[in-house]
Amino acid sequence: MERDEETSGPMMEMCTNGGGEEKSNRRPIISGEPLDIEAYATLYKGRTKIMRLLFIASHCGGNQTMQLEALRMAYDEIKKGENTQLFRDVVNRINGRLGDKYMMDSAWCEAVDRRAEQKKGRLENELSSYRTNLIKESIRMGHNDFGDFYYACGLLNDAFKNYVRTRDYCTTAKHIIHMCMNAILVSIEMGQFSHVSSYVNKAEQNPETLDPIVAAKLRCASGLAHLELKKYKLAARKFLDVSPELGNSYNEVIAPQDVATYGGLCALASFDRSELKAFIYPNKIFHILLIDNINFRDFLELVPEVRELINDFYSSRYASCLEYLGSLRANLLLDIHLHDHVDTLYDQIRKKALIQYTLPFVSVDLSRMADAFKTSVSGLEKELEALITDNQIQARIDSHNKILYARHADQRNATFQKVLQMGNEFDRDVRSMLLRANLLKHEYHARASRNH
Amino acid sequence: MNKMEALITSIQGLSGSLGDLCALHARLRKAEDSLRINSNVQLSILKQLDPSIHSLGYLYILEASTSGPVWKKKATLLIAQFINCCDAGQIRLASEKFVILCKRFKDRVFKDPLRGVGPMLSAVRKLVQVSPKRLTALHPDCLQLCLQAKCYLAGFSILSDDIVEVDEPRDFHLYCYYGGMICIGLKGFQKASELLYNVVTAPMHEVNSIAFEAYKKYILVNLIHSGQFSNSLPKCASSVAQKNLKNWCTPYYEVGNYYNDGKISELEAVVVAYSSDFENDNNLGLVKQAVASLYKRNILRLTQKYLTLSLEDIANMVQLPNAKEAEMHVLQMIQDGQIHALINQKDGMVRFLEDPEQYKTSEMIDVMDSVIQRTIGLSKNLIAMDNSLSCDPLYVGKSQVGRERQRYDFGDDFDNFPHFSM
Repeated sequence: MERDEETSGPMMEMCTNGGGEEKSNRRPIISGEPLDIEAYATLYKGRTKIMRLLFIASHCGGNQTMQLEALRMAYDEIKKGENTQLFRDVVNRINGRLGDKYMMDSAWCEAVDRRAEQKKGRLENELSSYRTNLIKESIRMGHNDFGDFYYACGLLNDAFKNYVRTRDYCTTAKHIIHMCMNAILVSIEMGQFSHVSSYVNKAEQNPETLDPIVAAKLRCASGLAHLELKKYKLAARKFLDVSPELGNSYNEVIAPQDVATYGGLCALASFDRSELKAFIYPNKIFHILLIDNINFRDFLELVPEVRELINDFYSSRYASCLEYLGSLRANLLLDIHLHDHVDTLYDQIRKKALIQYTLPFVSVDLSRMADAFKTSVSGLEKELEALITDNQIQARIDSHNKILYARHADQRNATFQKVLQMGNEFDRDVRSMLLRANLLKHEYHARASRNH
Repeated sequence: MNKMEALITSIQGLSGSLGDLCALHARLRKAEDSLRINSNVQLSILKQLDPSIHSLGYLYILEASTSGPVWKKKATLLIAQFINCCDAGQIRLASEKFVILCKRFKDRVFKDPLRGVGPMLSAVRKLVQVSPKRLTALHPDCLQLCLQAKCYLAGFSILSDDIVEVDEPRDFHLYCYYGGMICIGLKGFQKASELLYNVVTAPMHEVNSIAFEAYKKYILVNLIHSGQFSNSLPKCASSVAQKNLKNWCTPYYEVGNYYNDGKISELEAVVVAYSSDFENDNNLGLVKQAVASLYKRNILRLTQKYLTLSLEDIANMVQLPNAKEAEMHVLQMIQDGQIHALINQKDGMVRFLEDPEQYKTSEMIDVMDSVIQRTIGLSKNLIAMDNSLSCDPLYVGKSQVGRERQRYDFGDDFDNFPHFSM
């Protein structure tokens, strides 16, 4: 039984806005087109903006214009801050290609360094005076200020140490949360995601209920941590739990578009069909039940291509789904967190698509399947062979006629076989055991008789 | 001379009932030394006796006549005849002498083994008649002779599943080792694997060379039979074995590892590299069989994934040179019953079928029934052995002493405890 396939071209609607509001951050930034760096950069603020721009510059392949654009914006951003190390770095990379305005400004560097020294001295004095006075709150503020200072200068380890030191002087829940958020921020920048997880846990263990925005931020952070540890299912769950009230408030780490992209891709790669439906594709009839998902739908509106691709996957339009994935790939590789995982996620999504395609059928024509997945029949055969070996598909390939037949193991025969095998094994093992026991017994007797 | 004549008459007279035989036995034992001295007389005495009726006397005299380094030529022939027609009941009374006699006989005919196979077989059978579950000292010798003569079926007939009692560990090791080799000769790799496994896991305090050789063959036989190879010995092997057996088996470990990877060309390269080692151990033939079995293993894996496959594709996937060879291999496997398939020569296609066994016939029910009965019997044996061990004074003593030594750790009290010196 073959099903009718809508092999007419993928129904693609590139809707630009979800609700029609013209907020600048609702433009589809992550799309199939080459990345609009300015728009991308406006999504973020703080150190992460700089790091992302530098990442794009180093990973955009041979694309000179993109690279120079990214470096230029990075230069501008760094100059607004106080990080001379990064400044030197960027200038080296620009290498004079952007003209005179973007050259090494040693005067600025020296001025910033001097200011930093003075500030450091001042902070140290304050801190020591607070310490002698033993006022908890002031000591905490002092360490915090130190932490902020080091973070601005780019000395992340020292910043982290100082933030963690405030722990001993925290008195209210709010202080603890403040410390956790700072520690999380620095850990993400340093790439130490184990710390991120532990501090998220610490913040969530807070007896008071958290402010929803803070809760959303914590979920984003733990989602990122899981993503880095390749625990895609947990990451997806965390991202999907983020409430839309997050908006732009966590721009120093992550933009709402990222939440949608990461969450959507991880969910596709790791959820099974019912979970996918429950979380992302709410049943139109039962509005009332799945209110949470409406949250994620708001996120998905920000990245319409990801939304379309998930819809396509769920409705088995694999060709268009894989097409979207292909077009998004180049831009996703420029994302600082997703870069290492793009290939694995794509691989998993493709495998799931293959498995899902074959699931409802008793027999599948391999040439039609190859068309749907835009690959050759022999390539498809190899992929299917790998999946059958892994026991993910229960089927066998008829290589002569190029058909895949579903095959369900005969339980009854398998049971009989197993029983006979088990009987034989028992037989062998017990006989060996009896022999060994007799040998040991013989040794005791031999030794005893020798000694008497 | 008179003594001899008296002896002859007593043998002839007392070879009747059991009571007489015991008396005769005692007299023979006393007369043993004098028998040895008079070698000329022995043969003449033998002519007067009938081996099947006067077996005990005949045995003593034969043993005396062969105790020296030089035998008479007729002696070998006489021994063969004696073994064939002697009375098992009488032999039982002097079984050690019988064993010694047979061993000497075996050493004599080793150069010309075919002569000795028949007599040795009947010797073993006569001893086994007495206690079927016991391993005698003659089993390994007989097996060795059969191996030498390449009479594998003959040797196979005395390999029994029911051996439980063992007198001498060395006999057991040799029995299992030779038995394994006989099974390899008959291509019964399952049984060979079992026997070699018994040697490898036998309890031992020092590693002996039998265990080494057996382990090497065990690895290869396992590869041929089930395609499995593991770097570690089975858990029930003794600690001595576990530490030492691996050291000298590096070439075999290499073969095992490359076999697991499944690439024929690399495996063959390894075999060529170590071929001198294999030849020294007389294992080269076995190694070649293992390499051949890798092709079979790979084809078997293909049956799991494909319903039909062209011969060309099979040849490519299994790294055979061409489709003709693939066809030969598949044909061989179908004949051996390892796979179920149909070859369509017109299209050059092979169609893999499911195992047609439906487990619905009465023969199958009989098989299952016998397996169940055997299992029940074995469990009973195991429980019986466990019970008897718990009552065995030696065992109880050792386990008690161990426990008591742990509890009482004071130095001066130590000597007051009754302990077994082991």
